[in-house]
Amino acid sequence: MIEFKNIHKSFEDVHAVDGVSLNIEEGELFGFIGPDGAGKTTLFRMLNSLLIPDEGEISLFGLDPVKEYKKVRQIIGYMPGKFSLYYDLSIEENLQFFATVFGTTIEANYHLIEDIYKQIEPFKNRPAGKLSGGMKQKLALSCALIHKPRLLLLDEPTTGVDAVSRREFWEMLQKLKEKGITIVVSTPYMDEAGLCDRVALMQNGKIHAVAPPSEIVAQFSDPLYSIKVENNYKSLQALRQWEHCENVYPFGETLHYLDKRNDVDGKDIEAYLSSQQLVFDHVELIQPDIEDCFIALTHKVG
Amino acid sequence: MEKKKVITVENLVKKFGNFTANDNLNFHVDQGEIFGFLGANGAGKTTAMRILCGLSAPTSGKVDVAGFDVSHQSEEVKKRIGYMSQKFSLFEDLSVWENMRFFATVYGLSAKVFKERGEQLLHKLNLFEERKRLVSTLSLGWKQKLAFSVAILHQPSIVFLDEPTGGVDPITRRQFWEMIYEAADNGITVFVTTHYMDEAEYCDRVTIMVDGRIDALGTPSELKKQFNAASMNDVFLALAR
Repeated sequence: MIEFKNIHKSFEDVHAVDGVSLNIEEGELFGFIGPDGAGKTTLFRMLNSLLIPDEGEISLFGLDPVKEYKKVRQIIGYMPGKFSLYYDLSIEENLQFFATVFGTTIEANYHLIEDIYKQIEPFKNRPAGKLSGGMKQKLALSCALIHKPRLLLLDEPTTGVDAVSRREFWEMLQKLKEKGITIVVSTPYMDEAGLCDRVALMQNGKIHAVAPPSEIVAQFSDPLYSIKVENNYKSLQALRQWEHCENVYPFGETLHYLDKRNDVDGKDIEAYLSSQQLVFDHVELIQPDIEDCFIALTHKVG
Repeated sequence: MEKKKVITVENLVKKFGNFTANDNLNFHVDQGEIFGFLGANGAGKTTAMRILCGLSAPTSGKVDVAGFDVSHQSEEVKKRIGYMSQKFSLFEDLSVWENMRFFATVYGLSAKVFKERGEQLLHKLNLFEERKRLVSTLSLGWKQKLAFSVAILHQPSIVFLDEPTGGVDPITRRQFWEMIYEAADNGITVFVTTHYMDEAEYCDRVTIMVDGRIDALGTPSELKKQFNAASMNDVFLALAR
C-alpha cells in the first residue's frame, strides 16, 4: 500500500501541496486529476524521493522515500511529464542505458515491454530526438518498465499524443495492471480519468474527492441540461446573464446548463432562449459524465 | 446566402522526394467559420498548415488564402493571418507587455493603435497587473490565452492554431474555446488542429486526414451520422486505426 499522511510542500510563498492524505492499494490503477498547477507533479516528486516534504509522511510499500530513497528508486518506474530521455542516443541505446543503470538486461524483462517496444523496434537505430510524440511516449514507457518496477508513476503521459496512440497507451496500462504492477497516473483529460480504478480530484494543493469514477458521477444530483443552439457564443453570454443560471459551459456540440432552482423545467429554459431571440434545436435533461463532475467541483470550490 | 470563402484548396499535392505528404487535398473554409483539421501524428496536417500559411510551396495544385495565392503571393498571405502553436508562440524571457509589443511591431501596428488595443486586451484577460511579469512565470493556461490574444492582435482575417490546448484542464480549455467563439463571432476565421476529439465537437466543420489524404469532411453531427458513431472520438478511431 502507498500512504500519504498530511503532506505539505511549499515553494517560497506557493503552497503547492496542502495537507494531502490518502491511500493507494497495491495493484490499483489510480489517477490524479486536476488543473495545471494543482500540485500533482510536486506530489509525484515527493513519492519518488526527488523532493522532501515540509511536513507529513509517505510510506511506499513500507519504505520511507526520505530515509530509504535508494530502495525506493529501485522499485519505481517514473515517466516525467517532460520527455527526459537522451535525444542523441538511439531507441535501443536509451533502453540499454536504463537497463544497465538498474543492474538488469533488456532480455530479462523483455516480456514486460514486448507489446509496446515491438511497435518502435523497427526504428531502434533512430535517435530519440527524431521520434514522433507517440513513439517518444512508447520509448519512455519502455525505459520506465525495463527494471520491472512495483510502482509505475506516470506524470501526464499522453499530452500531445494523438487519439489512437492514447487509446493504445491506456490498453497497455490495463495489461500492466493485470501483471500486478501498481500504476499511479496524472492527467488533465477526463476521458482518461474514467479508465482508472479510483481517481483523486486535486486543486490548489488539496484533494477534493477520492472515489471510483462511477461513484463520483453517481454523487452528482443536480439536474443537468444539454442545450443545442445555433450560436454557441451568443447563447453562452445570454444564459450567463440570466438570474437563475448557476453555471453554463460548452460541451461538445452543445452547451451544458445548471440552474440555481431545483425544480427547473426544460420549458423555462426554452422560453428564456426564445425571449432572447436565440435559435435552439433542443433542451433536454441528461446524465452527467465525469467531466461535468470535475467542472461542478471546481466551480463550487472556486 | 453564399458565404465568403477565405481559404480554397484545389488538388493540393506536396511531395518530399518520393514521399507524398499531402495527396490531392480539396476543401474550402468560410469566413467566420471554426474549421477543425484533425489527423494522427504524421498524417500530413502540419505540412498542409505550413502551405496555407505561406511557409512552404505546394508541389502542385492551387491554394488561395485571404484572397491571395500562396505560391506567388505568400508575403501578402502572411500579413493577413495570425499563427499560434503549442510549441512556440511567446518569448519566455520577455514580459507579457514586451511580447505583445514585439508581435504588434512585427505586424506593423502603430504605437497608438497598439497601446489602445494592448491595454484593452490586458484588462479583458485580467492580466493588467501582471503585464511586467516574465512569460516564463505564467501558468500554461495563461500562456495559451495570451498567445491566442497576441495572434489576433493585428485583427487578421484567419488565425491558425496548431494544437493550441495540450496539457490543460477542462475548465481552462473551455475558457480558451470561448475566446475562439468570440473571435469567430467577430468574423475571424479559425483554423485549428487538435488531438482532442471533444474539441473537434466545438468546430463548425472538421476534416480528418489519414496518410496524406482527407478521409472525412463535414459538421461533427454529419460525421457521427456517416460513421454511425456516438462521438468524434469513435469517428476518428474508425478512420485512423
